[in-house]
Amino acid sequence: MLDKNGIAKRIAKEVKDGYYVNLGIGIPTLVANFVRDDISVEFQSENGVLGMGPFPFEGEEDADIINAGKQTITTLPGASFFDSALSFGMIRGQHVDLTILGAMEVAENGDIANWKIPGKMVKGMGGAMDLVASAENIIVAMMHTNRAGESKLLKRCTLPLTGVQCVKKIVTNLAVLEVTEDGFRLLERAPGVSVEDIKQATEGTLIVEGDIPEMQL
Amino acid sequence: MIKKTVADVSAALQGVEDGMTIMLGGFGLCGIPENAISELVRLGVKDLTCISNNAGVDDFGLGLLLHKRQINKMISSYVGENEEFERQMLSGELEVELTPQGTLAEKCRAAQAGFPAFYTPAGYGTEVSMGKETREFNGKMYVLEEAFKADFSLVKAWKGDEAGNLIFKGTARNFNPSMCGAAKITVAEVEELVPAGELDPNEIHIPGIFVSRIFQGKDYEKRIEQRTVRKRN
Repeated sequence: MLDKNGIAKRIAKEVKDGYYVNLGIGIPTLVANFVRDDISVEFQSENGVLGMGPFPFEGEEDADIINAGKQTITTLPGASFFDSALSFGMIRGQHVDLTILGAMEVAENGDIANWKIPGKMVKGMGGAMDLVASAENIIVAMMHTNRAGESKLLKRCTLPLTGVQCVKKIVTNLAVLEVTEDGFRLLERAPGVSVEDIKQATEGTLIVEGDIPEMQL
Repeated sequence: MIKKTVADVSAALQGVEDGMTIMLGGFGLCGIPENAISELVRLGVKDLTCISNNAGVDDFGLGLLLHKRQINKMISSYVGENEEFERQMLSGELEVELTPQGTLAEKCRAAQAGFPAFYTPAGYGTEVSMGKETREFNGKMYVLEEAFKADFSLVKAWKGDEAGNLIFKGTARNFNPSMCGAAKITVAEVEELVPAGELDPNEIHIPGIFVSRIFQGKDYEKRIEQRTVRKRN
């Protein structure tokens, strides 16, 4: 089974040379730490920066340079700043190659819910609805089950949706799965996790064909 | 040169009244019009509708207005990090219209640029699109969203000149440029106000035509919400 860093490490392998990538808050943010350093990748943050770098050294933080998680950041050579309308123009106009975000639930048809728990938590969708409605390549990073041990990979989402039929791939602490017309297709198992474990933790339709390889991290 | 300078924040907010709709720039606490917000608190104007990506934190930014119950309705994309906000929202004291961030930005830009409405894919098939016109273009579904209508737009820039030309810094730019000229009156506060001619016309982000009033801001706190740093090796 993977921890959060393990999930991020596996997703980092999906980041290809020449990609512009938008990382959501939480596990997705960690992906930047594991991207190979022999490829050229630029990270976009929807509040208005392309070419995001690591956190600043102590004492060098600038209140005017933050990411979408409101964390102080730095920029790398070649970076640019822009306004929110242009930023979402990049996203809506499909200029961003890959979007990685977290989710509370994903359905086997690719629906995603990640912004609201009625009566309990209403923080808002931020940029998530724009991102999932527009991106061609969306990977969800999340734990396979919630804190109560219930599956987060469902036949249908029960929470208010963020977007419909948009998720392409999911990387969890247990598995890598692809969303297909027939359901979640199991691609890889996490180290030490059996196909049976994944079946147990998946409420939606799980397609298992042939031998399922263990993830290479 | 058409001069846009006013003496101070109170001259800049002349005409703000109860019940108005006010746009405020900023993302989190980054690039918020700190001086204008303090003046709204001092004026005590009530029943405001505020259009702002976030709602500040409990003791800073728009949180100051929420604390004094000056806001009736918030139009935002993300409102975490604010307990008083959550309390007022759950108790029904505060009306909240959550809007996808890109749609929020474009509703500002549409108002600025003279578009009454636009189609966006964001929110299609979710509760955000309920009651709104939807339409298919090239096999994909879109939601019709209308431009904002606001009385005042309060923005913060890094540098500005007497003509109202603005330059923003870093990610403090965010919603500020798209809100300029998107309301009946646009008020810009700047960290550094210079005479006309000192800013290079090639470097201007927002031309003064979009700005009604500009003033030299003061005492910027520029609070950091999440101070993240790394250690030197």
